[in-house]
Amino acid sequence: MVRNKLILAAAMLSSAALAAPAAAQNEQFIPILSYRTGAYAVNGVPYANGVADYYNLINERDGGINGVKLLVEECETGYATDKGVECYERLKGKGPTGAAFINPLSTGITFALTEKTTTDKIPIITMGYGRADSKNGAVFAYNFPLLGTYWSAADIAIQHVAKEIGGFDKLKGKKISLLYHDSPYGKEPIPMLQVLAKKYGFEFTPIPVTHPGVEQKSQWLAIRQNRPDYVLVWGWGVMNGTAVKEAAAVAYPRDKMIGVWWSGAEPDVTPAGDQAVGYKSLMLQHGAGKFPVHADIEKYVYARDKGASEPGKVGEVLYNRGMVNAMLGVEAIRKAQEKFGKKPLTGEQVRWGLENLNLSDARIKELGFEGMLKPIRISCSDHEGARDGRVQQWDGKGWKVISDWYTANQSETEPLVEEVSGKYAAEKNVKPRDCSKES
Amino acid sequence: MLYREAGQFKTTYAEDMAIFPIRQDRIALGILLGIAFVGVPLLATFHIWPFNSEYLLWAILLPFLILALAAIGVNILVGYCGQISLGSGAFMAIGAYSAYKLGTGVHIPLAWFGFAISIPPLPVLPSILLGGLMAAIAGILFGIPSLRIKGLYLAVATLAAQFFFDWVFLRVPWFTNYAPSGSVNAPRLDFFGLAVNTPIERYLLCLIFITVFAVLAKNLVRGNLGRQWMAIRDMDIAAELIGIRPLYAKLTAFAVSSFIIGVAGALWAFVYLGSWEPLAFSIDRSLQLLFMVIIGGLGSIMGSFVGAAFILILPIMLNLIPTQLGVPLSTETITHLEFIIFGSLICYLLIKEPHGFARLISIGKEKLRLWPFPY
Repeated sequence: MVRNKLILAAAMLSSAALAAPAAAQNEQFIPILSYRTGAYAVNGVPYANGVADYYNLINERDGGINGVKLLVEECETGYATDKGVECYERLKGKGPTGAAFINPLSTGITFALTEKTTTDKIPIITMGYGRADSKNGAVFAYNFPLLGTYWSAADIAIQHVAKEIGGFDKLKGKKISLLYHDSPYGKEPIPMLQVLAKKYGFEFTPIPVTHPGVEQKSQWLAIRQNRPDYVLVWGWGVMNGTAVKEAAAVAYPRDKMIGVWWSGAEPDVTPAGDQAVGYKSLMLQHGAGKFPVHADIEKYVYARDKGASEPGKVGEVLYNRGMVNAMLGVEAIRKAQEKFGKKPLTGEQVRWGLENLNLSDARIKELGFEGMLKPIRISCSDHEGARDGRVQQWDGKGWKVISDWYTANQSETEPLVEEVSGKYAAEKNVKPRDCSKES
Repeated sequence: MLYREAGQFKTTYAEDMAIFPIRQDRIALGILLGIAFVGVPLLATFHIWPFNSEYLLWAILLPFLILALAAIGVNILVGYCGQISLGSGAFMAIGAYSAYKLGTGVHIPLAWFGFAISIPPLPVLPSILLGGLMAAIAGILFGIPSLRIKGLYLAVATLAAQFFFDWVFLRVPWFTNYAPSGSVNAPRLDFFGLAVNTPIERYLLCLIFITVFAVLAKNLVRGNLGRQWMAIRDMDIAAELIGIRPLYAKLTAFAVSSFIIGVAGALWAFVYLGSWEPLAFSIDRSLQLLFMVIIGGLGSIMGSFVGAAFILILPIMLNLIPTQLGVPLSTETITHLEFIIFGSLICYLLIKEPHGFARLISIGKEKLRLWPFPY
């Protein structure tokens, strides 16, 4: 009997698990793919908190977007591609109109989902990551690598190196190594850096680090032998902190290390303590710190005890990035509502909103992001929208901005984008849209 | 009372040697196949619960079928022939990447000899099967050490295969057609002019594959070859003395097992993932498959299915339950709970029944025969 009851209970549980919950009508569903466990949790947690808090702020302060409440559900991917695909399948159909867009927060998951999202007509926002060739919206209608791709990042990094050593002509004969996470994420910048190496005549060496990146002894030995002038770090999670510590162990100067914008947050440097002082990284426009929008977050979210993060960590680099990411998604929905009406929208409609998103300085100020972002304008042929960055340096207590704004040189990145996206279109039989006819 | 074979007389050798000698088993299997081949696609076509979204097909049934196929492959090697292998993920990867190369066209420039080997892109079905063949060849190569070393030492040798192929597919750009990111896309799934795109079509495709391979595997292990494998597993010296050649038995086990795993790998890449990187076939995958076989039951085709279901689906269910019941837990707590409960379940199961689900099922059958008075 007991066994029968157990079986019955299990059956009821599983049927409850499979039944779709009743959805309220005036809600826009937004899935959050996050990772709060595993080797990448140190970076995944603050980011996910920033995303969750911003959606919460929209609901608490404004009552949603023009009255359409945001319905949010998180799913843990652990940065694993198969789990990410499972999460996507789990969440894509929820809410009255399905997922508005998806942020996979992993380049590997982005690759796996690119085709699926196109079939399902759900935009995939990969802010500052994802596949660089998807900047070409004519081929990748549903991919939005907003604010900067890895090819833009590579170009910005080389611009900064050139500035530090006194000009692009000085790059000739210099040695630049790329210490990268051996996954699609880390490999993305390589073709761009190869192009730049050929153009400026520096010697480029890619050095792979196996997932998750806690074992880097041999890589740093190679760096010590080769003595590169600069080491670019394309790491994530524990790999970043380990790289800084290993650099200290082989006495490689930290101020000759430049991390990508995913290798420049507090959790990447704090474990190394004083050894991290001098380490530099790119900024995906924004840095750490509090801005007007944070006051609202504290007033409407944390004061009402609905915050996701420890209050002390609000304003960290990755927290802010999560917020920016959520904000761009929300603004895209708002833009799409102008055209399709103030109701829950489908992914296809939100895609239109993303493609026509145009945030001016005034609008950014209105949103409380002044000082974090430069204007962004997305179009059919440019799904990146902006390609600006700065460089920051860790002084032991906080990140200090040490450079002016750089803008990635499109004449460098564009031929590669055309080539690689064209190859994808041919391989996948995608007929590129005519961007002059899109509105 | 229902499950009793009294009165089912077998009058020919063929009947006696049938795969399923008991009528009730045949009926049960027929119903199961009917549900799988007709019921599920019908429900899914008309979006009837629980198929009102694509989730169940895409994210549960599809990976379940493919991993069950891989588990059958592992079971042949580990369960039937007793050769512990930690390289299953690598053989899946070989199947996947070989199928990818064959499906997109192979070009090997041989500058020294002044010519190049070029194979035009093959259709999907031959590339998947040839992918399996490549895995079989690699399996034979890495099976050679098994003639000299046994048990844990063999496990370490197969582990070498795992790391070697991880490295090859990460570092040799030829295998990924020089994709800048190292991530490759499967070619379009065309079978004899039919495009396989929707989840239902993909599900049916995998179902056909697994049905064919499960029947083949079941017949193999019942036959001469399977008996040789089991003899080697139970005591290799005794097997040798009664005239079984260990070289032949062990290498065929490696070949058949790797072939099936390779086909499963190609399906995993082509049908389920669509776009993948070597991490999809990491050591974690090898261990996952080994656990499926151990939990499901060593030396049982049926056990491979149950094991795959347990290892793959249970964590997802555990993860889904709190949200669906509306228990306010954060995703990290749910994930940690999932690990704790799942881990404890494995421990409990292995203590209670070290021979896995397959043994539980056969005990159940025995009890059913005696029902309502089991002793």
